[in-house]
Amino acid sequence: MADYYVQMENMTVGYNGKPLIRDICIGIRKGQIVSLIGPNGAGKSTILKSITRQLKMVGGTVFLEKKDIQRISARDMATRMAVVLTERMQPELMTCHDVVATGRYPYTGRLGLLTLEDEEKVEAAMRAVHAQEIGNRDFNAISDGQRQRVLLARAICQEPEVIILDEPTSFLDIRHKLELLSILRNMAKKKGITVIMSLHEIDLAEKISDMIVCVKGERIFRCGKPEEIFREETIRELYGIDNGYFDPCFGSLELPRPEGDPKVFVISSCGTGIPVYRKLQKEGIPFAAGILFENDMDYQLARLLAGAVVTERPFEEISDRAYREALSWVQSCSQVIDAGVTFGQGNRRLKELLDEAGRLGRLRK
Amino acid sequence: MNRKTADVNEANSFHMENFRRRSRYTAVFLVLFAALLFITVLNINTGTTSISVSRILEILLRRGGEDTEYNIIWKIRMPRLLMAAILGGALSLSGFLLQTFFRNPIAGPFMLGISSGAKFVVALVMIYFIGHFSAVSSYTLVVAAFAGSLLCMGFILIISRRVNHMAILLVAGIMIGYICSAATDFVITFAEDSDIVNLHDWSQGSFSGMSWGNVQTAAIIVGITCVCTFFLAKPIGAYQLGEAYARSMGVNVKVFRVTLILLSSVLSACVTAFAGPISFVGIAVPHLVKQGLNTSRPLVVIPGTFLGGAVFCMMCDLIARTAFAPLELNISTVTSVFGAPVVIWMMLKRQKGR
Repeated sequence: MADYYVQMENMTVGYNGKPLIRDICIGIRKGQIVSLIGPNGAGKSTILKSITRQLKMVGGTVFLEKKDIQRISARDMATRMAVVLTERMQPELMTCHDVVATGRYPYTGRLGLLTLEDEEKVEAAMRAVHAQEIGNRDFNAISDGQRQRVLLARAICQEPEVIILDEPTSFLDIRHKLELLSILRNMAKKKGITVIMSLHEIDLAEKISDMIVCVKGERIFRCGKPEEIFREETIRELYGIDNGYFDPCFGSLELPRPEGDPKVFVISSCGTGIPVYRKLQKEGIPFAAGILFENDMDYQLARLLAGAVVTERPFEEISDRAYREALSWVQSCSQVIDAGVTFGQGNRRLKELLDEAGRLGRLRK
Repeated sequence: MNRKTADVNEANSFHMENFRRRSRYTAVFLVLFAALLFITVLNINTGTTSISVSRILEILLRRGGEDTEYNIIWKIRMPRLLMAAILGGALSLSGFLLQTFFRNPIAGPFMLGISSGAKFVVALVMIYFIGHFSAVSSYTLVVAAFAGSLLCMGFILIISRRVNHMAILLVAGIMIGYICSAATDFVITFAEDSDIVNLHDWSQGSFSGMSWGNVQTAAIIVGITCVCTFFLAKPIGAYQLGEAYARSMGVNVKVFRVTLILLSSVLSACVTAFAGPISFVGIAVPHLVKQGLNTSRPLVVIPGTFLGGAVFCMMCDLIARTAFAPLELNISTVTSVFGAPVVIWMMLKRQKGR
């Protein structure tokens, strides 16, 4: 057995003894961030619930530091593992401090009285999630973003070695998403806390995780480093996307390209084409693009959205082949758009192309 | 950081927050104790014969004074008063536990039909025992009430498993309550003439006719249950965040839930066995106490609720027996008048909070 901190061995999860996902084998090292991605209802939450013992496993074992979690006492488990759940809670008359303080539960005595040290730990946890200002506010009166941070503070206050989060970014706006994830990142790297969570935002998952687990169907669909997982085909297959594209380079999702023969030819370079492509796509006008070097930003998007792309190898001069190809598009399209080109030694010939289009009276800026 | 912001941070710290809270708790408890004392004196002093405070002290402390007054205080008013206090506290606490369990502020032993279930079984047992042995011990009645409570609780739990909707659950509870009440009325109608008067009074809810034996039994049962509840304060606090969170903090949720049900059933059974069903106390008092303390922390809410329930029921009992003297009102009549508006206010407040 390798030096894994959390290890799932042939874990089979499901409800009422009925298996939903079988034979999960995943090893996680201390301080790693692991994201579970996959379509809705695939069983991400089921896996998380099984690890946290909210749900009885159908088969297999989960080891926490080489100890079977079924054999760890409830109190011990509470000092090692904390959770942030999706279920909305509406505690009565509790301030944010109070909610965070419940994280001290496994450490307090019979009556749950907080010591001065506990109070300080509550405050430290609030500072860690940048929520110290709202400590006195009623928990029900704060925003979703704040609530999620307070719940994370609660988990931190429990001083666990592993934090499990079920869709922690669900109700958050972009800013709070980024904030929450960077807090997690810090925690994992500085304090060595292992983070296991389910995420809907695959772009964020790619950027924050050390390991990605794709959940789909009866078994784990794929599992590995983000760079191994975030390939176009993998993501398309995982989510069954047939109406759009996934761009592995930026982790962004694109709607499908307009159908039909290209009616517009877009000439651009260095990113000037991107807004034009998007506009054409929104209006449903099929287009071709070129001549783009394969390392141009425009190329990454044109590849997905354009009906055809005329390309040239990076750092080369535009070849006759590419020029001819582009010229034929200029001739066949009813319109040529000059999105703005930065000229240099390599792409001098684009000027010729633009002139040609001008002569044909099809050029638009 | 300059000095001023440091001071502000200090004032907003969790430690200061807890300090301010403890001051509030102390104030609320002082008020409750003062009210308890006041209402106790008022209760002893008021009635068909009024007795002055100095005479009360003399009778209570030195066991002196003339016979009629001595008897009125020691044989009638004192046991009744103590019973109102003990059972009022028990009823409120039972309500608090049920609210925790169902995570619903309107849950209560009367609302969910549990009191009526207890009443029905007690009525059956009473009629049977009086018919066959011409007497029935108070412990037997408590056991019968407990059985009835659990029976209704079982029904409610089965329903709550099937429908996860609070309104439906409450409606089901109210219906069960009506069915049990109807069954009780039916049984009483066919009971022997001599029992009817007694039974009828009791089945409407009343603190009248309490003996010292009753007080002793109730005090023992309620005392033990309350101590157990108090030591459950920590997991109750965890459970307030939801079942899943409680489990993640190391609470054995299954055992905890069963304990909660048993404790609240014992409390409400004890009340029903001695005083019949009493409405609204179990909902109104915990709510008022939580608002007063401005917290839902079980460690303070549990004793607060008990005290508050005691004061509330003593006050209501005083009104019940003096408002239209010599006629006596049902205790539920009075508790409803005061309790129902609180419940309505509470629901309105919750709607607004959404």
